[in-house]
Amino acid sequence: MPPPLHATHSERAWYYSFRTLCVLIFIFLIGPIFVIIPLSFNVLPYFTFTPEMLSFDPAGYSTKWYREFFAEDSWQKAVQNSFLIAVFATLISTFLGTLAALGLSRPEMPFRKTIMALLISPMIVPLIISAAGMYFFYARIGLASTHVGVILAHAALGIPFVIITVTATLVGFDHSLTRAAASLGSSPTRTFFVVIVPLILPGVISGALLAFITSFDEVVVVLFVGSVEQRTIPWKMFSGIREEIRPTILAVATLLVFISIVLLTMVELLRRRSERLRGIRS
Amino acid sequence: MSTAADDTLRTADGVPLKTSLRRATARRRVRTFLLVVPILAFLMVTFVFPVVDMMFRSVDNQIVSSVLPRTTLAIQSWDPGSEELPPEFVYEALVLDIQESFKDKTLGRAGRRLNYEKSGVMSLFRKSGRRAKRITEAPFKDQVLAIDERWADLETWQLIHQESSALTESYFLSAADLRVDYKGEISWKAEERRIYLFLFYRTLWMSGLITVFCLLLGYPIAFLLATLPPRHSNLLLILVLLPFWTSLLVRTTAWIALLQSEGVLNDLMVFLGFISDDGRLQMIHNKIGTFVAMTHILLPFMILPLYSVMKTIPSSYMRAARSLGASPFTSFVRVYMPNTVPGIGAGCILVFILSIGYYITPALVGGRTGTFISNIIALHISETLNWGLAAALGVILLALVLLLYFLYDRIVGVANMKLG
Repeated sequence: MPPPLHATHSERAWYYSFRTLCVLIFIFLIGPIFVIIPLSFNVLPYFTFTPEMLSFDPAGYSTKWYREFFAEDSWQKAVQNSFLIAVFATLISTFLGTLAALGLSRPEMPFRKTIMALLISPMIVPLIISAAGMYFFYARIGLASTHVGVILAHAALGIPFVIITVTATLVGFDHSLTRAAASLGSSPTRTFFVVIVPLILPGVISGALLAFITSFDEVVVVLFVGSVEQRTIPWKMFSGIREEIRPTILAVATLLVFISIVLLTMVELLRRRSERLRGIRS
Repeated sequence: MSTAADDTLRTADGVPLKTSLRRATARRRVRTFLLVVPILAFLMVTFVFPVVDMMFRSVDNQIVSSVLPRTTLAIQSWDPGSEELPPEFVYEALVLDIQESFKDKTLGRAGRRLNYEKSGVMSLFRKSGRRAKRITEAPFKDQVLAIDERWADLETWQLIHQESSALTESYFLSAADLRVDYKGEISWKAEERRIYLFLFYRTLWMSGLITVFCLLLGYPIAFLLATLPPRHSNLLLILVLLPFWTSLLVRTTAWIALLQSEGVLNDLMVFLGFISDDGRLQMIHNKIGTFVAMTHILLPFMILPLYSVMKTIPSSYMRAARSLGASPFTSFVRVYMPNTVPGIGAGCILVFILSIGYYITPALVGGRTGTFISNIIALHISETLNWGLAAALGVILLALVLLLYFLYDRIVGVANMKLG
C-alpha cells in the first residue's frame, strides 16, 4: 500500500525509510533460516558458500550430506526416538491440558488464577533447573535413562502450550450453547462430543502441534534425563555442534525447517477455520 | 398469617431456595475442579516435586556426617576456637571411619565435599584412606599425624567440625562468592575465586540488553503488522511465526554458519573489501554471538504481545490527534505509544524471563565470555558434581525468575498470554 497522494515529502521519506527498516528486520528474522538450505548442498564440508556454488556450477553442489543422514544408523535411531517421544508426550499433554482448559474456562472454577499460573510455569522455569530436578528425582524412582522418563518430562513441558492455545479458543465460547443442548434433552456426554468438541477441535490440534514441536525440539531435558538410548535429533545436533561440526547438521536443519513450515501451515489453516466457525472476522 | 421463615422461597422438597442454590453451586465448583485434578497431580509428580526436591540440595549437608559418623559425633566436644588439636578419641573415631568408608568406597564423597571449602582435602583423604588400614591400636593420634602433617593443621579440623551439621549455608554463601570460617564469620572469597556474582551480573545485563534489542527490532514490525490491512498482515505474521516454530538448534546452527570467521558474513565482507582476509571479525564464541543469536531467537516473543496490543488501538486515535494539529511525530509519541505500554511491558518481561534462564544458545555460541549462569549450573551438575552449589545457584536464579513471573502475572495476567 503506497503512501496517500496528499502525503508531504517528509511523510513520503519517512514512509519509505520505515518500510526499508521493516524489510531489513524481516531479513534478520527469516534470512538465517533460509541461508542454511543452500549451504546444506555444499559439496565441501564448509559452512559457507564456495566460489563454485556462487557461480551455480553443479559440481559445487551435492546431496551427499543428506545421503549420509539417511545412511547413518545413529541418525535414523535419533529420528525414531524423536518421533516416539514427541508423539506420546503430545498425547499426554494434550489430553490433560484440554481437560484442564475446559475447567479453567468455566467461571465457577475455584483458584483459577493460581492454577493457571502453576500450569504455565514449566514454560517459565529455566530449563536447566527443570532438567536438573528431573535428573535427580527420576534417577531415584528408576525413570532416568528410560523412554518413559523422557516422555513424562516432555509432557510436562508441553502442558503450558496446550493450556494457552486451548483456553484462547475457549475465550468467547458461548456457554449458552451447552445449556441449549441440555434443554433440548442432550446428555452431557453427547453435548460434549456434538457441541463442544467441534468448536474447540482446531484449538486442541494447534495446542497439540505446539506441544509436539516443543518435545521434538527439546534438548536440555533429554541431555539430563535421557542416555544414549534416548538420543533424539536435537541431542545429536547439540553434540555435533559441540564436538565435530559437519554439514550433515545443515542437512538435518533443512529437513527440520520443512517440518516447521508444514506444522505452521497446518496451525494457520486451523486458526482461520476456528475463527470462521466462531464467527470472528479479521 | 405467615412467619418470616415461611416467606423464604423453597424448592419442591422444602429446602430453602438459597441453600439449594448454594449446594448446587458448590457441587458444580467441585465438579469443575475435578477437571484440573489429573493435570495438577501429573505436574506435581513430574515437574514441581523434582524441582522443589532439587532446591533442598542447596542446604542439605549430610555427606560428611554420613561418611564420617563417629568423627562428626566425637568432634562436637572439641572447641574449634581452641588452639589445640582434638583429643585422642577423635583421632580414634577418625581412623575407624576412614577404614570403613575406604572399604565402602564412600570416603571420596566426603573428601570431595570438603574440598569445595578447602582445596587439598580430597588428596589428604585419599592418602589417609590408603594408609589408615595399617593402624589397629593406640596411640591413634600420633599415627594419624605420621600419615600427613595436615592432620595437625587446626584448619582441617575446624572444617570437619563446621561441616558436621546436617544443614549448611555454605553453598549459598559460595553462590554469592562468600565464605564462612569456623567462627561463623562471613568474608569475601579470594579475588580469583569470585565468579558467581560476576556471572549473575553478566546474565542480567546481557539479558537486559537483549530485551532492548528485541524491543527496538520488534516494535516497528508489530506496528507494521497492526497497521497493514489483514490480508497483508496475516502473511507477514507467518514470517514472524516461522522462526518461532523453527528448532532452536536450527537457528543456532544458522548463526554459527553466518557468523564464524570462515562463515558467510565474514566471506561477504572480505569479498566486498570491508575487511582484509586476515582481519576477519570474531563474531561468535563471544558476547556478540550470544547477543545476535538470542535476539533472533527471542524476537517473536516480543513481537507477538506487542502486536496483540497494537491491534486493539483504533486508528481513529491517531487521526484525531492529527486533526487537532499534532504533528505525525507528536501524535505517535503522545497518543499511540502510551497505548502500547501494556504490550511493551508484557513483551519485555517475557523476553527477559526467558533470556536469563537460557542455556543451549549461550553454550553453543557464547564461548567463554558470552555464557550465562545456567551454563555454570550445568557445569556443576554434570562435570564438577558439586550439586549443592548448583542447587544454590539454581534457587537464586529461580527466585529471580519467579519474582518476574509474579510481576508479569500482575501486569499482564498469565491467562492473557498468547502464542500466535
